[in-house]
Parts: sequence; structure tokens; C-alpha cells
Amino acid sequence: MSKMEIVTIAKQECLAPGVYSMWIRTEDIARNARPGQFISVYSKDGSRLLPRPISICEIDGDYLRLVYRVVGKGTDEFKDYVEDDTLRVMGPLGNGYDVEAHEGVAVLFGGGIGVPPMLELAKRLPGKKQDKIVVLGYRDQNLFLKKEFDQVATVYIATDDGSVGIQGNVLDAFKEYGLSGDVFYACGPKPMLRGIKALSEQMQCPAYISLEERMACGVGACLACITKTTEVDEHSHVHNARICKDGPVFLASGVEL
Amino acid sequence: MKTSVNLCGVELKNPVMTASGTFGSGMEYADFVDLNRLGAVVTKGVADHPWPGNPAPRIAETYGGMINAIGLQNPGIEVFASRDLPFLEQFDTKVIVNVCGHSEEEYLNVVERLQEEKRPDLLEINISCPNVKEGGIAFGTQPKTAEAITKAIKKVAKQPIIMKLSPNVTSIADMARAVEAGGADGVSLINTLTGMKIDINRRTFALANKTGGMSGPAVKPVAVRMVYEVAQAVKIPIVGMGGIQSAEDALEFLMAGATAVSIGTANFYRPTTTIEVVEGIEEFMRKNHVEDIHELIGCVK
Ligand SMILES: Cc1cc2nc3c(=O)[nH]c(=O)nc-3n(C[C@H](O)[C@H](O)[C@H](O)COP(=O)(O)OP(=O)(O)OC[C@H]3O[C@@H](n4cnc5c(N)ncnc54)[C@H](O)[C@@H]3O)c2cc1C
Ligand SMILES: Cc1cc2nc3c(=O)[nH]c(=O)nc-3n(C[C@H](O)[C@H](O)[C@H](O)COP(=O)(O)O)c2cc1C
Ligand code: FES
Repeated sequence: MSKMEIVTIAKQECLAPGVYSMWIRTEDIARNARPGQFISVYSKDGSRLLPRPISICEIDGDYLRLVYRVVGKGTDEFKDYVEDDTLRVMGPLGNGYDVEAHEGVAVLFGGGIGVPPMLELAKRLPGKKQDKIVVLGYRDQNLFLKKEFDQVATVYIATDDGSVGIQGNVLDAFKEYGLSGDVFYACGPKPMLRGIKALSEQMQCPAYISLEERMACGVGACLACITKTTEVDEHSHVHNARICKDGPVFLASGVEL
Repeated sequence: MKTSVNLCGVELKNPVMTASGTFGSGMEYADFVDLNRLGAVVTKGVADHPWPGNPAPRIAETYGGMINAIGLQNPGIEVFASRDLPFLEQFDTKVIVNVCGHSEEEYLNVVERLQEEKRPDLLEINISCPNVKEGGIAFGTQPKTAEAITKAIKKVAKQPIIMKLSPNVTSIADMARAVEAGGADGVSLINTLTGMKIDINRRTFALANKTGGMSGPAVKPVAVRMVYEVAQAVKIPIVGMGGIQSAEDALEFLMAGATAVSIGTANFYRPTTTIEVVEGIEEFMRKNHVEDIHELIGCVK
């Protein structure tokens, strides 16, 4: 069950230029959360009413970690909050990943600000480090969260400028390093997700991808945040699913990107 | 203290309702709101067959509000009648079904189908959606057409009908008079104001539909003015809405002449707004020694 809560900020730090990590203490949200879910964060400025959806990066008891990039006025406001400040949030929202669904080697792809939601998933997936392959794509040598991933998975890196790992994106790294797996999980920009969808079809392995869209309610009521589906959706009875409620995680074969 | 109101012959325990399209059929908000405490739940617009709606992006934030072009996506009346209506029947609240269509025939198909159901206590007919090209808005911008569709629906509906009016007209009072002449039992207003937002970095429209309907606190003064104008023009009851986010806001609408109010966009950022408004109105009445809410309705002339 999701809830609206006033949460307290436990720690906020800058991980890379424009990228921030915020730990918040919640009453129930963290205890109910799963990897792949998100929370709605609300601005304190009445001119900005809509929620900023932010993925859950890590879950630790009553604490949640959010890692976000400053892209506009809302995230710019969030970055200035410090320890003991409060924020209004709603969550946990969305379906999240089912970590028990598959056996074998899992390949996790995180591109840009799609890196953070892969962390709790990497921690929770069963299996040893060598069964969890994580391919992370960054702009440059600012490899935020890489250390955390190194502790739980086998990590490969791609950077846009070639300063670390393979020059290119996560798909380039997957090919260059000759990787393979039995199930894919991915979060990142749409072109990357299209590539993962194509790769999963080619390799005939399921891919769970996390989608983004503008949101108003975050709970499935307003029908703002739709994605096109390949089949008629069970809830909407048209070829649309709600990213906030039926997602954000979808089987790639079920959605049109 | 009496907070109940009579809306077109239907007794509501209080004047607080949800606005169509912002609350689903209540299911998604049941974690946050005890639906039994609401005067009525107004459902998302439903048509005679499933509608896919508009492409994404469908919404954008604007200063103190938002614009939306959902395009009335809905699963069609059959699914609605078998899934959403039975859900709402569990609650001690009134159910108002919002109806949409592209043509007179499509509106009538939905209304006729609803005659088999015992539960909709009232129907709200959306003739004012700015986001649907054919039909919809055409019925809502010309008094003659609005009157005609009202008459046609009135002939088949056993439930009282509320016509939902668009603010995107020269005179909303003329529209209200037209639907009153057509036999409407009530009017609700305002639907969203047509707006636009441009994404200057991408040099394109923020919404795939280019334009969208504006809602939220920023539209409230326009909505209050329109409710007041309509209250001076017609005798039938008015449901007021547009930017309500507190009991104070709701009271403005009641004093301007609304018998009931609907809360829309505020549900998105404060899911408990409806309940806070119910409680806030009670508190206002206690503080000001108001015995009956009717002392407030239309008290500002
Ligand atoms: C399910 C989900 C999970 C997300 N997880 C993260 C995360 O973990 N870290 C992170 O940095 N970002 C994440 N995002 C993107 C994040 O929501 C946006 O970057 C943020 O809303 C921007 O707000 P702003 O006020 O700074 O930007 P502005 O551009 O000023 O925002 C204006 C409006 O557009 C909306 N908006 C802008 N960009 C996006 C976007 N990409 N997706 C959805 N709405 C948007 C805002 O919510 C706001 O309503 C996620 C988005 C979704 C849908
Ligand atoms: C996302 C969204 C969807 C809506 N869908 C409908 C609808 O299906 N039918 C309708 O009559 N009005 C619809 N409306 C209009 C609202 O019911 C209401 O008239 C308007 O938003 C003004 O109230 P508010 O400012 O409190 O939101 C919608 C509004 C929004 C924001
Ligand atoms: S944001 Fe309202 S349905 Fe997803």
C-alpha cells in the first residue's frame, strides 16, 4: 500500500556534477518498497504542483536512497535540502522488479540517470557476483555508484567520451566485452531501451525495462503516463498501459517504444 | 449542523465531490480516501466503446496548475459497467457517471446502456472536452447544439442529468440558459481552459496534442466568476469546480452560487484534499455558527 508521508532527509551529497544522492527516513514507505519502484517527490513551491518521480536506488530498513540529476526547477530545489529538512513524498509506487522470476545469469543495464535504480536490484537478485553482470553507461569519468555495484556484481563500463571502459553506450560495451546472459534488466534513455529490446529479441531472452513519462497522479487514476502496448491492455482495454501503476517495469516484448 | 445538499433531486451528505477524470473510478484513491465520506464520486468520462486517447506527452506542468490532453481514454461502457460500477456500489456515497461521445448517437448509446444499471444516481454529460477533435467540444460551444443534445439525452435518461460546460466560450451564461431550456437538471463548470506550453529547448509543443486543458489553482478566479455568472442566469443547481485545493476555495464556490463542488487536480498532489475540504467546511460552519449549509450557498449576490 502506498502512502503520503512527510519524510526527513538523513543525508544529502553530490556524487558527480549535477548528480545528487539523498537518503530519507520514512515511516512505512521504505519497509514496503521493492527495487524498481519509485516515489513521487513534491516541491514546496506552490507554483510547482506535480510530483517529481524518482526511482528507489537503495533500501535500508526505514531508509531510502534516491539518486537524481538536476535537470529543472524541481530537482534544483531538492538539491539544496540538507540533513533534518523534511519533504513530502508518496510511495512506494509502481510494480518494481520480481527478483525471483528468473534463474541463470542476469545482465543489468543502467544508462546515465538509469544507473541508480539498478543498484537495489543488483543487491537483491539471488546468485553470486559472477551471475550478476552490470553494464553501466556514463558521460565521462564521473562513475557515480560504481563502488557500490562492485561489491555485489561484476561491473563493465561504457563512457560517452571513452575516458573509462568502452567508448560508446551500454550496448557497445555488451558486444565489445562479449557478454551474454539469461535475463536482461534495463533503465536508461529511450534509444538505449530500444536497443535492449532489439537485443533481447535477437538473443531470445526476456528483458525487463523501466520506462519514464510525465506523471500527475502517480497512482493510475489520471491516464497521463501511458506507454503503447503490443496487446490490448487488461486494465485500459486499449493499447495503452499506465507507467506509474502497471509499470514502470515492463517486459520489453509487451511495449512499443 | 446540516451539511447535506439536494443536487437535482439527489441527496448528498455533503457538497464535496471528485472531478471527472482526476479520480479514476475511486479505486486508485481508496488507499488514501474513505469514499464513504464524500458527497459523491464522479467517474472518468466513459464512451460507448474503448477510446485510446491522445499520444504522450499528455500533460505538462504550468505555473500553479497543469495542462492535459488525455483525450478521454476510457475502456468503454461495457467494461465500466462490469468493473467500475460494482466497485463503487460498495460505498455509501452517490455515484455520478460522466459520459462522453463523438456524436449524439454515441452519447445516447452510453446513456441507454446506463438505464439497465441501478446505481448511477446522476449523469454528468461532458460536452466540453477541449481535447477531442470531433464532437465533444462542438456540442459545448454553440447554445443551439447544446440545447439539442440535452433534449435528446433527457428523453432516454431516467437519472437526472448535469451538463458540464466549457469555459472556452463567449458567454457561459448563454450556454447554461441553453441547456436549462433543453431540460438539464443541473450544470457543472468549469471544464478546462484551452492552453498551450512550448518547450523552448526542443522548440516544440510540450504536449503531443499541441494544446491542452488548463486546470489547477491558477484557474480558480476564472471559475468562481463563471459560477457566479451562471448562478445569476439559471435556476437549476450548479456544481462548481476549477482549482479547488482547500475548504476556503470550496466555500468561495458555494457562496458564488454552487450547490456542490468538485475537486480535480488537487487530488494529484494531495490525495486527501476531498476529506480535508469536507472537514474544513464543517469547521468553518462551527466557527461561524452556520446551522445549515444552505445559508452559505449563493449568499454573495
Ligand atoms: C518512474 C520514473 C523514475 C524516475 N527516476 C529518476 C531517478 O531515479 N533519478 C532522476 O534523476 N530522475 C528520475 N526520473 C526523472 C525525473 O522524474 C525528472 O528528471 C524530474 O521530474 C524533473 O523535474 P524538474 O522539476 O527538475 O524538471 P522540469 O523539467 O522543470 O520539470 C517539469 C515537469 O516535467 C516533469 N518531468 C521532467 N522530466 C521528466 C522525466 N524525465 N520523466 C518524468 N517527468 C519529467 C516534472 O516531473 C515536472 O512535472 C524518473 C522519472 C520517472 C517517470
Ligand atoms: C487529467 C485530467 C482529466 C480530465 N478528464 C475529464 C473527463 O474525462 N471528463 C470531464 O468532464 N472532465 C475532465 N477533466 C476536467 C475536470 O473534471 C475539471 O473540470 C477541471 O480539471 C477543473 O477542475 P480542477 O482545477 O479542480 O482540476 C479532466 C481534468 C484533468 C486535469
Ligand atoms: S500519472 Fe496518473 S495514471 Fe500515471
